[in-house]
Amino acid sequence: MIPELGLFSLVLAFCLAIIQSFAGLAGAHWRKPEWLALVRPMATGQFVFVALSFGLLTWSFIVNDFSVEYVAMNSNTGLPTFYRIAAVWAAHEGSLLMWILAMSIWTLSVSWLNEEIPEVFRARVLGVMGLVNSGFMLFVLATSNPFVRLLPAAIEGRDLNPLLQDPALAIHPPILYAGYVGLAVAFSFAVAALIEGKVTSAWARWVRPWTLMAWIFLTIGIALGSWWAYYELGWGGWWFWDPVENASFMPWLMATALIHSLAVSETRGLFKSWTILLAISGFSLSLLGTFLVRSGVLISVHAFASDPARGLFILIFLGLCIGIALGLYIWRAPSLGSGAGFKVLSRESFLLINNLMLVVAAGLILMGTLYPLFMDALEMGKISVGPPYFNLVFLIPTLPMVLLLGVGMHSTWKRARWEPLRKRLKTPLLIAVPVALGLSFAWGRPSVLTFVGIFAGVWVILSAFSEIRERQEMGRNFFSLPRSMIGMLVAHIGLGLFVLGVTVTSVFSIEKDLALRAGDTVELAGYQFKLESLRNAEGPNFDAVEGMVTIRRNGKVVTTLYPQKRVYRVQTSPMTEAGIDAGWTRDLFVALGDDLGDESWSLRIQFKPLVRFIWLGALVMAFGGLLSMSEPRYRKIQKAEGVAP
Amino acid sequence: MSRFLAPILILVVLVGFFFIGLHKNPNIVPSPLIGKPAPQYELPLLLKPGETLGTEKLLGQVYLLNVWGTWCFACRAEHGVLMEIARQNIVPIYGFNSRDDPQKARQWLADLGDPYVASMVDTDGLVGIDWGVYGAPETFLIDQTGIVIHKLIAPMTMRIWHEDFLPLIQQLKAARP
Repeated sequence: MIPELGLFSLVLAFCLAIIQSFAGLAGAHWRKPEWLALVRPMATGQFVFVALSFGLLTWSFIVNDFSVEYVAMNSNTGLPTFYRIAAVWAAHEGSLLMWILAMSIWTLSVSWLNEEIPEVFRARVLGVMGLVNSGFMLFVLATSNPFVRLLPAAIEGRDLNPLLQDPALAIHPPILYAGYVGLAVAFSFAVAALIEGKVTSAWARWVRPWTLMAWIFLTIGIALGSWWAYYELGWGGWWFWDPVENASFMPWLMATALIHSLAVSETRGLFKSWTILLAISGFSLSLLGTFLVRSGVLISVHAFASDPARGLFILIFLGLCIGIALGLYIWRAPSLGSGAGFKVLSRESFLLINNLMLVVAAGLILMGTLYPLFMDALEMGKISVGPPYFNLVFLIPTLPMVLLLGVGMHSTWKRARWEPLRKRLKTPLLIAVPVALGLSFAWGRPSVLTFVGIFAGVWVILSAFSEIRERQEMGRNFFSLPRSMIGMLVAHIGLGLFVLGVTVTSVFSIEKDLALRAGDTVELAGYQFKLESLRNAEGPNFDAVEGMVTIRRNGKVVTTLYPQKRVYRVQTSPMTEAGIDAGWTRDLFVALGDDLGDESWSLRIQFKPLVRFIWLGALVMAFGGLLSMSEPRYRKIQKAEGVAP
Repeated sequence: MSRFLAPILILVVLVGFFFIGLHKNPNIVPSPLIGKPAPQYELPLLLKPGETLGTEKLLGQVYLLNVWGTWCFACRAEHGVLMEIARQNIVPIYGFNSRDDPQKARQWLADLGDPYVASMVDTDGLVGIDWGVYGAPETFLIDQTGIVIHKLIAPMTMRIWHEDFLPLIQQLKAARP
């Protein structure tokens, strides 16, 4: 009965979403106040029934209702309750339901938190959002119903994939989906603006906080996924350029570009049609990612079980969504106007470069991701594109971008002057060069590119700080700066930390694969790793062999690590649980491999300098975004501008 | 005007490619061995360690070569299907026990039944490399002259057996009775 209620709620929510779209779009077109008044209640109702549906599926997991096929496929009585809940979004059907839940939460928020937006325009936005969400609900109802019964009921479930039995990965999908779907808000604002045929700076101000929020979720979601891959997959890598990772990274790049171009549209009324195009592209890449992950057209370690019918549905949905949006764009963009001009040396120019570089980076990643598909479709053979391609092409646009960032941050709108710019940048430059040189040689002999990478990171951080110092010299308190400005500086410091972490980790990491017996000692990067002993260990739903490795430096014990090799009982798949000693300046990483017989085990030990800066940088970026979002300007009702956008 | 058209053109091209891509399976990697002679090897037998078998000795018959190991979870799922195919007595199945403990492998056959005419033992996996084995289970179809006709990288199912293997086997037998 419970699962049927869940399905019924979803059907109801679908109907409400359809009414919401119609009332919103038609009500705005024909100016019918009584239709417009329907939009908010429908959005609220849609959320209530989606949440109910999601809650009922979760309930089926908690009580181990193995008469539901989806539960039987992804859970088990031996699974701890926390993972039973996380198992709801472990596979295709449930994760789509989570996507829909995220979308209805965004819808609810837009309908209640945007009092300053004129009702007609808000109705249009919500109308578009309703269409998008009803498309996803139809997808679930037609091809991916999670409530399907299994008759006769299974006695025991097949258990959750052991790779997913991890706290970081349990919360990674909800956050990432919130980000993906959040881009639908910017998309809907863009489509609504195209329908009205007007893009004003008020419009840009409305969209900015939503875009920032989605971007924050994406940033944290991607960082979590990368952190998980680092400690759970057992290889010590943190990014693999896998199609699914790329599918999350491309929308992030687009959202980043969008945030910057919105700044120009808001402040200067420029880049209007470009901003609209970015808003459409960001969500398009989210949809594209969904398609790639779920249709099975690409090989990926993360790919969901594929089904051509599902692939076809998303492809049609994707084509319709983006096609209509771009059709509106062709119709309206030429008349949006381009506003006042700007000089070559100005903040506008630097933001334009930032935008182009980010879009080029996303484009190159898209090419690499889809290249195998193109070749196969053209009958030119099966190939795969690996990390060397991505590492190289990603650097080409992003390295100059990061180097120019320091200058861009300090230049003024419309027209910047060389003289004050040079004065401001002299100090950070004079400090950055020796600091970068010192850091470059701290771990070994650097190449020129390594130095440039480290310099870029230090340079961005220092030039962000010099902005703060500058303000203080002008006699103003740092905290009197606009929040969006502080947020920008903090986010850029985060980027600098990230660049620093990536460069140092990629170049100076050391790893060794060894065969060790209990009692053996090896040396790596000045640390002595000793495999003390091996013993059998037992978890709630797995058996493991656990190594005990003590690490000494100059005779003093630094830490003791307990890497495990686990075998989960139900799916009998072996898993590596690495032992990691995390630190600000370096990680020590020990992963237990296989029993080689004659009492020796293969071990992989690694020394990874500054690896934490990668995720720390991402978190600082997200925090910067949060600061920007708290800008009071975004919440104030500005009647003068807001009457007719 | 034309610059506003570019995005939708990109979309149309992408959607076109995706549509074609939907009808292709990226996981099928054609074996370079297909249509070529099977690699030359000779390996001891699992149940009669004194005797050996290899490409040379198997010439003159159409047969299946099934790669298995007790460490391979999907092999257990496939085993019942292989038993059924063996019962049908259409082609002999030879086992290729890969990177395994012979003791455990013999126990496996004693417990689950033995669908194989004989199983060869490739303890260190070296011959498996010649065959391009990268997982298990894998099943090869080899003709009378020792040419590899077909390869399956997945557990055998009755459906695959009927749709892919049987027609090929009937052709081979019809061509050279």
